[in-house]
Amino acid sequence: MDKAEASPHPPYLYPGYKSTVLRAPAQELIMPKLGPDSVELTSPVFGHQELGRRDFDLTVQHPGEPLGERIIVTGRVLDTAGRPVRNALVEVWQANAAGRYPHLGDLHPAPLDPNFTGAGRCLTGDDGRYRFITIKPGAYPWGNHHNAWRPAHIHYSVFGTAFTQRLVTQMYFPGDPLFAYDPIFQSIPGEKDREKLIARFDMDTTEPEWALGYQWDIVLGDTPTEAR
Amino acid sequence: MTAASESGSAGAGASPVTPSQTVGPFFGYALPYEAGPEVVPGWRPDAIRVRGRVLDGAGEPVPDALLEIWQADETGEIPRRPGGLARAGHDFSGFGRCGTDPDGGFWFTTVKPGPIGAAAPYIAVLVFARGLLKHVFTRLYFPEDAAAHAADPLLGDVPDERRATLIAEREGERRYRFDIHLQGERETVFLGF
Ligand SMILES: [Fe+2]
Repeated sequence: MDKAEASPHPPYLYPGYKSTVLRAPAQELIMPKLGPDSVELTSPVFGHQELGRRDFDLTVQHPGEPLGERIIVTGRVLDTAGRPVRNALVEVWQANAAGRYPHLGDLHPAPLDPNFTGAGRCLTGDDGRYRFITIKPGAYPWGNHHNAWRPAHIHYSVFGTAFTQRLVTQMYFPGDPLFAYDPIFQSIPGEKDREKLIARFDMDTTEPEWALGYQWDIVLGDTPTEAR
Repeated sequence: MTAASESGSAGAGASPVTPSQTVGPFFGYALPYEAGPEVVPGWRPDAIRVRGRVLDGAGEPVPDALLEIWQADETGEIPRRPGGLARAGHDFSGFGRCGTDPDGGFWFTTVKPGPIGAAAPYIAVLVFARGLLKHVFTRLYFPEDAAAHAADPLLGDVPDERRATLIAEREGERRYRFDIHLQGERETVFLGF
């Protein structure tokens, strides 16, 4: 299989996203011969006792409720055969409803929300499912080019069953008018691959009088042995 | 920036795999955690300390990178129990995480892993950063294992002139230095996972 041809991932160098220019590796990657016991074919495991009971609910981490549109975001972590990845650690972080991160480097003059930090985590269940309660993040400006705005997104970090499956990505919301202008989203070469990062609004996930629901599945790559 | 042109890449969409996106600049309040760099406490007599910097193609520090390490224990056994997020006593989880400081610096305290199979001892290293649309994989090997390096399956595939980028420098008793060059003349060897 020609791996480069089938890769859904962005290239390292994508000059439209300026920070790639001096940070993208330029040399050819080397694929190591892995033995069955190679450390990269295994993954750290995480346990429920390491997480807070309410880490999955980003709306209850402070004395008051955050401002914004309350949402439920859920989906499954799967392998390429569609099998659930159980006990996978899923970490998320995001801007608040106004598009602001509680990070010293975020200079966007939008209000911080004292009732919203915007970080959560959970472990997937036996069906590979994760679930977060949060608020819909706002779009925010960034310095990449004149009038640059990021579409609303939630950052995701996921562990699989092999360290080679490690994935950090971003989930977007359907119908965002900023997609066409965002070099980070557009850095993914395939249109169908870009669409995989867009969550689906789901009325069945939506809870009456309480929160809108979105579904977003995550598919982790094959381990190098499986791909062979 | 205008709207990007339509995609035309061959084979696009053929894979079900979720594409990668950059970790961005604002993960600092979410992903790093207090004991992240301490895979084992630094006071343990068998602890080693690894430090280094992440540098870009101009040799400038990368202050918004995140490193993760994953490794076997001293005997070459890969841990199969939790404990990487909440360090518990003497349990060795094998996992560490450290964000870089304003100087691009990172550190870990851990143990030196034992060898597995034909491979020389190494620590698997992942680097995420703003400007990296997908993370990079590398390995940290130890300078005192030159004999084992000669037989290591990966090092054998690396061109001679680039091999040194995978081998930490000894800085003292149980202390190592491992700089990561994302780009440039001394670009670190990255793996094709
Ligand atoms: Fe962001």
